[in-house]
Amino acid sequence: MTDGVDADADAGAALQRAWREERAAVLATVARRLGDLQKAEDAVQEAFAAAAVRWPAQGVPDRPAAWLTTAAWRKALDALRADRFPVPARAPDPQDPPEAAVTDPEPGLDVVAAEDDVLSLILTCCNPALAPEAQVALTLRHVAGLTDRQIAARFLVPEATLTKRLVRARGKIRDARISFELPDRTRLEERLVEVRAVVYLIFTEGYLASGDEPSVRADLCDEAIWLARQLHRLGPDPETTGLLALLLLQNARAAARRDADGHLVPYDEQDRTLWDADAVEQAKQLLATTGAAPPGPYQLQAAIALLHATAPTPGQVNWTVIAQLYDALARVEPSPVVEVNRALAVGRARGAQHGLAALRPALDDPRLAAYVPLHAAHAELLERAGDPAAAAAWERAAALAGDPEQRAHLTRRAVRAAPGPAGTTG
Amino acid sequence: MKYLLLVANAPDAWDDTDARPAEGVDDGVITDWAAYTRALHEAGVLVGGQATHTPDTATSVQVRQGRRLLVDGPFADTKEHLIGYYVIEVPDLDTALDWAARVPNARTGTIEVRPLQEGSDAATVLATGRAPGSA
Repeated sequence: MTDGVDADADAGAALQRAWREERAAVLATVARRLGDLQKAEDAVQEAFAAAAVRWPAQGVPDRPAAWLTTAAWRKALDALRADRFPVPARAPDPQDPPEAAVTDPEPGLDVVAAEDDVLSLILTCCNPALAPEAQVALTLRHVAGLTDRQIAARFLVPEATLTKRLVRARGKIRDARISFELPDRTRLEERLVEVRAVVYLIFTEGYLASGDEPSVRADLCDEAIWLARQLHRLGPDPETTGLLALLLLQNARAAARRDADGHLVPYDEQDRTLWDADAVEQAKQLLATTGAAPPGPYQLQAAIALLHATAPTPGQVNWTVIAQLYDALARVEPSPVVEVNRALAVGRARGAQHGLAALRPALDDPRLAAYVPLHAAHAELLERAGDPAAAAAWERAAALAGDPEQRAHLTRRAVRAAPGPAGTTG
Repeated sequence: MKYLLLVANAPDAWDDTDARPAEGVDDGVITDWAAYTRALHEAGVLVGGQATHTPDTATSVQVRQGRRLLVDGPFADTKEHLIGYYVIEVPDLDTALDWAARVPNARTGTIEVRPLQEGSDAATVLATGRAPGSA
């Protein structure tokens, strides 16, 4: 009996490991050959269900991924045959021969190429012909293996809405024939830019989750890091390495970002002993491998985050280098966020007046008139320059803020900066 | 002179009983796709035709300032109107989008790429006597 219990436990552990580590490869291999994500996913579910029955009884196969791939492929073929020649369902006959032992991969089912298949599955899910929210949902559902319910809870949408979105997206993949093949090298590099954007979007969604929201939302950060690790394993692209390092560095501060009451703690005031030193070290080692080519936006952002993470105190951050990195970032990927952070870094490196000068073009840009971070940065720099206009600038930022928590924070800064008794005590 | 017949429908319009003629009135409509195709053919006026997949499967392509912009879905700008069409046969959507991005008016207009239903082209319908979706 003890053997039976052990076999159950072994099979259970093997199954869980296979679900997390091999599921995407199994699905990718089957989906690529079927060209139909829905049918492939159904077949993979059935293969795992079969494994849950057979592994405890017959032992865990030597190559679980090959076993699952072969089983899923056979289930898919069965389903295709059933579609074409509908046969009435019948109860299994005890005289039926036992299901063929699934030990070796089916001839032609190249399990060795599973890594390419996973990459092609990720590219299919992130195809730019699909809406961004569909790309995110497909990636979490089919690559990361979350359920519809789990994804819906993490994105605060009704499960039915999420399911509909996925069904529609899979229908488009099938009917419009979105390819499951890997594109050529040049196109692959373009497509990976989009894939990284999807992974970063998933991370940001988890990172921005506020304390009032379901705590599962924060899991999205872990899912994004897992996805970035898969991408990094599948293709050694310096920007993918940069993305993984950046996510590790941002997530390393997770424990310090909120105080006991759940309020956001400003970066300068965070307890640095709560930062995850292992994650920072991992990111540092990753960034050391990216080579000499001019760095792209994720590598630059990761390099900036690393300088922040490795400074022993906020006062020891190397703002001169950070300002240079922002200069480079503004060249490769200009955006309002980069302009604002560049001006703040210049302000720290060379003085608030220089920072204000760097911010001037953004302040004069009418399109950014309602951009909260711009006004917050303006207020910050005015305050550092000792300009009494700081209080009014904080108020302007607070008035524009949509998020109540952010508005409260900006209002506190306005009060603190205000001239008079309230300001002098702060 | 060749004419293009653009066939439009709302998703649930087939169920609209108000649109049907009164009992015993012939409004000239041929309600079966295969029969209609056959009628065109027998009249000697058929050049070609095919059913599309639903608007859900469409992708709209624009090229602006050298960058390709893709939108999931059909083009929605009511100021734009159809000025022509191409039918191409390529292995997958990515290849179709590559060709769409090279259409002369891609810089100023929109190219909607809509997959066509296999087996729904007029020649196949005439040969088999069956039209997909006419069930």
